[in-house]
Amino acid sequence: MAKPTKVLVYRHAAVTRLTHWINVLALTLLLMSGLNIFGAHPALYWGQKAVFAQPWLSITAEMTKGDEMRGVTQLGSAKFDTTGVLGYSGKVGERAPVAFPSWATVPSYRDLADARHWHFFFAWLFVINGLIYWLVGLIGGHIRKDLLPTKTDVAPKNLWHEIVTHARLRFPKGEEARRYNVLQKGTYLGVVLILLPLMVLTGLCMSPGFDAGAHWLVDFFGGRQSARTIHFITAFTIVGFVLLHLFMVVASGAWNNIRSMITGRYAIIPDKTGDHR
Amino acid sequence: MTVSTDRRTWLQVALASAGALVLSACDRITASPKGVAVLQSAEGLTRRAQRLFIDRRALAREFSHADISSDFRPNGSIDPTDDDYVALKTKGFADYRLVVDGLVDKPLSLSLADLRALPARTQITRHDCVEGWSSIAKWTGARLGPLLDQAKLKSNARYIVFHCGDTLEQTLDGSGQYYESIDLIDAYHPQTILAYAMNDRVLPVPHGAPLRLRVERQLGYKQAKYIMRIEAVDDLKHLGRGNGGFWEDRGYEWYAGI
Repeated sequence: MAKPTKVLVYRHAAVTRLTHWINVLALTLLLMSGLNIFGAHPALYWGQKAVFAQPWLSITAEMTKGDEMRGVTQLGSAKFDTTGVLGYSGKVGERAPVAFPSWATVPSYRDLADARHWHFFFAWLFVINGLIYWLVGLIGGHIRKDLLPTKTDVAPKNLWHEIVTHARLRFPKGEEARRYNVLQKGTYLGVVLILLPLMVLTGLCMSPGFDAGAHWLVDFFGGRQSARTIHFITAFTIVGFVLLHLFMVVASGAWNNIRSMITGRYAIIPDKTGDHR
Repeated sequence: MTVSTDRRTWLQVALASAGALVLSACDRITASPKGVAVLQSAEGLTRRAQRLFIDRRALAREFSHADISSDFRPNGSIDPTDDDYVALKTKGFADYRLVVDGLVDKPLSLSLADLRALPARTQITRHDCVEGWSSIAKWTGARLGPLLDQAKLKSNARYIVFHCGDTLEQTLDGSGQYYESIDLIDAYHPQTILAYAMNDRVLPVPHGAPLRLRVERQLGYKQAKYIMRIEAVDDLKHLGRGNGGFWEDRGYEWYAGI
């Protein structure tokens, strides 16, 4: 049998590719400067105000009875020793009390003023980039044509098929690979429709100036401290998505995927019989 | 086996070095004045966007008695050791005078009794610290707007500066003295008050006795404590290190609405 010939198909429009990479840059720096900002008050609460004695999550350094500094992560009533990573980290001998380790933050040293400069600069880049993506995606049809699941997509039989093949890390290589499958569509829509806007809105709700003009939105999230908490949880949900996304990129053909997000061209193996499952 | 371990080690080293390179690049940008200037350009955008989309007279959210924090955290100076302040405190602020001067036609010197006789406002508001936490308290104080009217601002006055009685950082040039500034729109906002009472009691020392600013809709560091003098100015450059406030001189935003 002859070796199947690969065909390059045009998969990602220029706007999608550009906004994708700007997002990579912006989200990375937003996360890292955000982790630095969190270090200024490494505790989270629900509601409008902080009840300092009762955070639901805190990442601090504590002196043990043996006069030894330890990093302590407290979640509800549970306490974990996270020395070296959370609460107290750095090279042995140079360890410092800091919520997130210096390799994960921008700047690498704890500085609220500078971290805020990074955060707000890249927040603007992120928002403008997101608006361009949305505008072009809505007008040009990318969101409707490529991301909105079709009736066939959401048929239980198809859903089950996609879940099973994904779990086995078997990905379509033929005509099917021209478009996103229903799990991709659902995930990407969830990210661009819910997670990313949620970051912007909860971020804005921490701003006292913004709050004066939008009490209702702060109330919607349950208060300023709740908004800060949701901001934090959503950020880590996005980190989770990115890890899964990177894993899937590698598992389904790293080079082919990366090339398609740079040049737009994605290689598929066309089969004469078309879609056979 | 060895090959794959080697490759994995190599990959780890490569990733770690790339990460370290990016981090040190970020630190270099943060350390350079030009880099910071670029990053700080976002502040002007934020201020303009907020002023464009949010009514400048919009009121900050007010809360009920049940919402008041029992653990309101005092920040910055909590018991100033400056000689003049200690002298005032020892006498229960009986000799205290608030000086209002600068670009005004009628400079004032007001005792606490004078301040209490001015048009007042009581509000239960949320204090939002730049660090991320919030506490709620009830504040009573003289409205700044009518007080400025009494002093008759000159037409070239653009900012109101609050000179405080506490030195937050020991410096040789005296730039460690706390001060803050706001523009006239915030100064005349109905919720902008000079508070002398907190939660129906005389303002305690850790929270800025005898007089502190409440300029709601801005972060905690704007809420100057231990106010000794109010000065109307046309420019902020000649004060402190020229950025309009103690924390502003140390890299924080002058527009503290975010």
